[in-house]
Amino acid sequence: MRVGLFVTCLVDMMRPRIGFATLKLLQDAGCDVVVPPHQTCCGQPGFNSGDRESGRAMARRFLADFESFDHVVAPSGSCTGMIRCHYAELFPEDPALQTRLNALSARTFELTDFLVNVLKVERLESAFQGSITYHDSCSGLRELGIKQQPRQLIGRVAGARLQEMDKPEICCGFGGTFSIKLGEIATRMADNKCQDALTTKADAIVGGDLGCLLNIEGRLRRLGDETTQVLHVAEVLAGPEPDPN
Amino acid sequence: MQLTSFSFKSNVRRKLIDPLLQRNMKRFGGRFVEARAAVMTEVDNLETIRVAAAAIRDRSLANLDSYLLTFEERARARGTEVHWAETAQDVNRILIEIAQANGVKKIVKSKSMVSEESGLNDAVEAVGIQAVETDLGEYILQLAHEPPSHIIAPAIHKSVEEVAELFSEKHHTPRSTDIPALCREAREQLRPHFLSADMGISGGNFLIAETGSVVIVTNEGNGRMVTTLPKIHVAITGIEKVLPTLNDFSTIVRLLTRSATGQSITNYVSMLTGPRQEGDLDGPEQSHIILVDSGRSRLLGTEMQKALRCIRCGACMNHCPVYQNIGGHAYGWVYPGPIGAILTPSYVGLENALDLPQASTLCGACQVVCPVKIPLPELMRVLREKSFEQGLRPWYERLSVRMWRGLANHPRLYALFTQLGVRVLRVLGGKKKLLHRLPGLDGWTEGRDMPAPQGRTFRELYRKKHS
Ligand code: SF4
Repeated sequence: MRVGLFVTCLVDMMRPRIGFATLKLLQDAGCDVVVPPHQTCCGQPGFNSGDRESGRAMARRFLADFESFDHVVAPSGSCTGMIRCHYAELFPEDPALQTRLNALSARTFELTDFLVNVLKVERLESAFQGSITYHDSCSGLRELGIKQQPRQLIGRVAGARLQEMDKPEICCGFGGTFSIKLGEIATRMADNKCQDALTTKADAIVGGDLGCLLNIEGRLRRLGDETTQVLHVAEVLAGPEPDPN
Repeated sequence: MQLTSFSFKSNVRRKLIDPLLQRNMKRFGGRFVEARAAVMTEVDNLETIRVAAAAIRDRSLANLDSYLLTFEERARARGTEVHWAETAQDVNRILIEIAQANGVKKIVKSKSMVSEESGLNDAVEAVGIQAVETDLGEYILQLAHEPPSHIIAPAIHKSVEEVAELFSEKHHTPRSTDIPALCREAREQLRPHFLSADMGISGGNFLIAETGSVVIVTNEGNGRMVTTLPKIHVAITGIEKVLPTLNDFSTIVRLLTRSATGQSITNYVSMLTGPRQEGDLDGPEQSHIILVDSGRSRLLGTEMQKALRCIRCGACMNHCPVYQNIGGHAYGWVYPGPIGAILTPSYVGLENALDLPQASTLCGACQVVCPVKIPLPELMRVLREKSFEQGLRPWYERLSVRMWRGLANHPRLYALFTQLGVRVLRVLGGKKKLLHRLPGLDGWTEGRDMPAPQGRTFRELYRKKHS
């Protein structure tokens, strides 16, 4: 099975190790993984800021980079949501393009969803010492129905204990450019999320979208918490890997 | 109602550090959310009913002109006078004309959000007519000289203690925080008004085209008093509230009360069809309806039309994490929360409410609960597109969006730029790998650190590994 890995711009820039963890998980499961070299961003920052053209340009680019694969996988519910739920509707004037985009969208998956529902992964060569509280990022949860998939996989990681927070489904306040434009509200929302997560006394806050994780970690550190880990689910599932840096 | 939506950001700043508001919002917290979730378990085909409800609303809106005309004809046949108000000012003018023609001195009102749009109370008081709010929440706010902060629980931002204080000061009674006692006190104050008023004003949750009726869905008995005791009753409501048939109403009401307060049904569901007829024991001598456009018809036939499906249940704001933190007043007009972020710019002008469509993470919690399936995030995005296209957003924002689009569309340039960027940021992040300040990103770094990037981009590292 040839799988195209869509790394996403945030992972590319901020946390390459999440990209490598994703790569490892897919390869371990037997996929032939290719990373198209010209990929960049899904276009969401511009699209959600009111620039439709950003979305359209990136949709065309995505099609050119990924149409040849059996499947496309991204370690992000938000970028996958953009592709699956918004790309086709950006081209009402071009039904042929819409058909191609819809076909590709249907083969595009968020990582945990792909591992559970397509690859039906049963075993993971990973270990984690401690308890984990899982934050459901909004797009993954509400656009793609990602809820049990990451939990099921974390359950297969040796040593990992899941400790649910009170409101795992409430938004952390990231919201892309919202986190900068309306930083004060975003900070308050991140604060609420941190408090909720901290009451579980979990060793790590884990989620499937790096944007949310940066938001949560940024608030945690500002509050003076230096010990609670904030990790992407791919990092937990793939297990510790030597930092490629 | 006085418009402050243009200063949303400073409103927010004030609200976030208002300890009283913050405490009250926390207390209110998930009460409606939990009640809704619990009562929805009674409905085993919720999704089917939502789809049907959305279709009913769409059908009403697609044929709005003809349903309104049918409504007008049937209402007139039952003796109701139907008035059309194109603007908010027209609402006040028409109402004052009716009042003055009948020598009205005192009006009792039950809740009407549409009358808030036109600032009706101030307008009638300016011509020497007293208007008394009789919905408990609205009554409290009238005493406190405050606008509503929620569409179904207008005084939700106030605590019992504040109400106790207010009542004792205004009624000259001993202070009590016992809620039933406070309700009794308000009732005692209001009773003489009900008996002496010459006119009652209500809103209208729905207009039924086939019967010419106005429907009022409420928990407080004041609705019935206002619509039956005074000799004149005037219902004021938006033109979009029309439903073709009573059957349609029965579908919608199953969702309305459950989505709103989490009740299977409210204490009262009143159908008002004309003035007192021969043989009736009660009811007003005159019945009027003011049908208000005030910006609504502008949305018809556009991608914003779906916003007019709204049945004003309030679920979207109850579930909105932004609303939960800032309360309703910050939105700066009659309708707060996600639906307000859409209606306010649509009705008062995008340029007067520029930040409202941005005041959402697009988390989608509202859309999931909206009983008539309004795609609220999508509509906010449409308004963002309009702001962007019309050049209403700040220049630096437009520039950065365009720059990012340019970069993302030129992979080589993107690679160069990001490789350089992450190196610089990594160095700035220092030993702790945290950025405490980032020029241009103060919005982020004022309240949060920015975890520093690893220092090399994925594409660099991947190429190195595979070359
Ligand atoms: S938009 Fe939907 S959820 Fe919000 S008040 Fe209207 S009907 Fe209720």
